[in-house]
Amino acid sequence: MQEAMINRAKQLLADGTVNRVIGWKRGEFAYDITPAVFDSADELDSDFVFDDFTAANVSKYLVKESKKEGKVLAFLKPCDTYSFNQLVKEHRVVRENVYIIGIPGGPKLDAEKIKAKGITGILGVKNENYTLKIDTVYGEETMPFYEAVLDKCASCKSKKHVVYDELMGDEGDVLDSDRFDMVEKLENMTAQERYDFWREQLSKCIRCNACRNVCPACTCEKCVFDNPASGVENKAPADSFEENMFHIIRAFHVAGRCTDCGECSRVCPQNIPLHLLNRKFIKDINELYGNYQAGEDTTSRAPLNDYRQDDCEAGIVHERGVE
Amino acid sequence: MQVNENKEFEPLIVAFCCNWCSYAGADLSGTNRLNYPTNVKIIRVPCSCRVNPMFILRAFQRGADGVILCGCHPGDCHYTSGNYFTRRRMTLLFSMLDFLGIERDRTRVEWVSAAEGAKFAATMNEFTEAVKKLGPNRRLEDLRCRKQ
Repeated sequence: MQEAMINRAKQLLADGTVNRVIGWKRGEFAYDITPAVFDSADELDSDFVFDDFTAANVSKYLVKESKKEGKVLAFLKPCDTYSFNQLVKEHRVVRENVYIIGIPGGPKLDAEKIKAKGITGILGVKNENYTLKIDTVYGEETMPFYEAVLDKCASCKSKKHVVYDELMGDEGDVLDSDRFDMVEKLENMTAQERYDFWREQLSKCIRCNACRNVCPACTCEKCVFDNPASGVENKAPADSFEENMFHIIRAFHVAGRCTDCGECSRVCPQNIPLHLLNRKFIKDINELYGNYQAGEDTTSRAPLNDYRQDDCEAGIVHERGVE
Repeated sequence: MQVNENKEFEPLIVAFCCNWCSYAGADLSGTNRLNYPTNVKIIRVPCSCRVNPMFILRAFQRGADGVILCGCHPGDCHYTSGNYFTRRRMTLLFSMLDFLGIERDRTRVEWVSAAEGAKFAATMNEFTEAVKKLGPNRRLEDLRCRKQ
């Protein structure tokens, strides 16, 4: 796959369709794959990487990249295309300046899950019949492939590319996923249990802002959390209120726009399941205002920019779920 | 919010009232000599949809035990559709607060028109009682703001 992608990118660079490519390159470690822009065929040959750790969603980088001169080539996985489409809908990217090649999605691997098995010093991985052969500095280790899969891939919602100029591989379908199971489980807990669960999770937050910075929906040029007058600008949460506030507001600001790409949880250094907050909003919107998948199209109105005269009242919260 | 061994717990209630309906409704309940608790502190907003989620959270941070948002009845908004947007936003926000385990009875949205002074007083009496039963807000308070 990596070879095919590099070759196609080189062709498009050579015939002048695009003048740069956004893809991924290796970071400090083998599992540390980071987005990068490539200007030449040589760079592509030496640095371009696409493997089982290439989970990063590059659509957010296109907000800036698409405003530069000339066209940019972007490789988008199915979940990334939803994010991209949502950005097109919000007029955040210039669609004409992006050439999209749809590439097959995950499942991608989570290095943290491999490390949790006590396997360290990872040099590379190979997937052989769903057994993961991990090459480490201490020799070869194995583990079942599906135990190392990222949470966001384990509950994948769609293998369909909603926007592309050309496709590598086959067209996929929207999947029937179990992504709301954990939200439902929490909803069925008592308020005290839910409170305890979230205190345990959110108290880990160090306010590194990684979840906000990586989120393809968080593209405001001025963010409420960068406002010096807010009292919470660039600092670690001082107490439980600030932890709650940051996470409620972060999730609320992307409610109805979140495509559920799962990047927030993937990048969280503290492994807080942030996607559950976003999924709670998505689930509520689906149940109360009709099924809505952000990024699926570029024409429909976002649920929070829309209303119906017969919408339910806010009191419905009192009637649903467990107290 | 005061908790004293000798005294009953008196909650602090913040009521966001829209300028065109609910604030006038509160005025009417006053001119009608109707009673509603002094626990209720009214904040006037131009429209109920002026209230963003941060306002609600900030009220809790600074010592509110309950927050109620009052606006024009759906269809009667001075700005045509503001309260429809409020309704969706607050439904989602309250649902999220509930999801985080914060007592669902601490938040409420109520539609009060300028002619409903009696409804305003009754709503505030009822809401204050409900919050009084819940006790002080502990799950969404900022310890630094607690008055002792």
